[in-house]
Amino acid sequence: MDAKKITEILHALSSKIDKEKEFLTELDNVIGDGDHGINMARGFKAVDAKIDTLETEDIGEILRTAGMTLVSTVGGASGPLYGTAFMKAGMTMSKKTQISLSDFLACLNAAVEGVKMRGKSVQGEKTMLDAMIPALEAMNKAIEQGLTSADVLKCGTEAARQGVEYTKTIIATKGRASYLGERSIGHQDPGATSFTNMLEAVYDYITA
Amino acid sequence: MVGIVVVSHSAHLAEGVIELARLVSADCPIAAAGGLEDGSFGTSYERIMNAVESVHNEDGTLILMDMGSAVMTTEMVLEDLNYENIRMADCPVVEGAIAAAAASSGGMTLEETYQEALSAKNVQKF
Repeated sequence: MDAKKITEILHALSSKIDKEKEFLTELDNVIGDGDHGINMARGFKAVDAKIDTLETEDIGEILRTAGMTLVSTVGGASGPLYGTAFMKAGMTMSKKTQISLSDFLACLNAAVEGVKMRGKSVQGEKTMLDAMIPALEAMNKAIEQGLTSADVLKCGTEAARQGVEYTKTIIATKGRASYLGERSIGHQDPGATSFTNMLEAVYDYITA
Repeated sequence: MVGIVVVSHSAHLAEGVIELARLVSADCPIAAAGGLEDGSFGTSYERIMNAVESVHNEDGTLILMDMGSAVMTTEMVLEDLNYENIRMADCPVVEGAIAAAAASSGGMTLEETYQEALSAKNVQKF
């Protein structure tokens, strides 16, 4: 998969987030500050515009640019978090013009580490990590079993969805939702949800 | 004098805090980085960067943040600037800004100003 396809995937993430923005904001209204969907849609709209101006075959540069654009345009916590995720992913792809499935998993691994570092967070705190980590683990396992790209992505999105379900059962200890304490139980995390949306968009793209 | 930057999701809040701080210290370099460019709530990488650049000097800069993205976005700005004499203070924003402004205009160093801001954590109101 080359730079052109990565650009197309980023556009696909953007339209997915735009489609889901009201639902994401609704989720965030309940346990956060009600801006997740709007912020993410604004950030990805800026990514849309920015990546089309890039004239590069370097996938690392495309991902880093997407990350920096998210940092400067999202405005909420998802800006530095997803921004760091994309920038770290981009660093693993530096100067590469083709991305394989194992490269993609290396990107996701770097993204997870980036989010942990930036958010000073671990799994189980009702954050995007609760979808990202299970998805990464499921895909690593699937790739070891020799499954096709589509099936690996399918395992990843299923694990991410289960991760979102899991966030309903736990108390938020990071982010604005942590002020709610036990009242955060029963509600799914908006960040875990938006990550899952993005993985679904990647799956839809490669199976289309 | 140590520069001071107040980062908040709200432009009004950031401006209000620096107004209060100026009451105790009219001369210290202090800047607000609140809200987004379009007037909505949030924290702006660019506004934080500009605010830091506007007050930063050889005595250094101290940054106070409200929460969440204000903290994380400030971290990213500092990583990109890579200046040595900048610190972020984990303290209440209003009390910390007033303490820091007083310290800065009193000619204290960055480290001393930082400690003054942190001591705002333990200020008892009554």
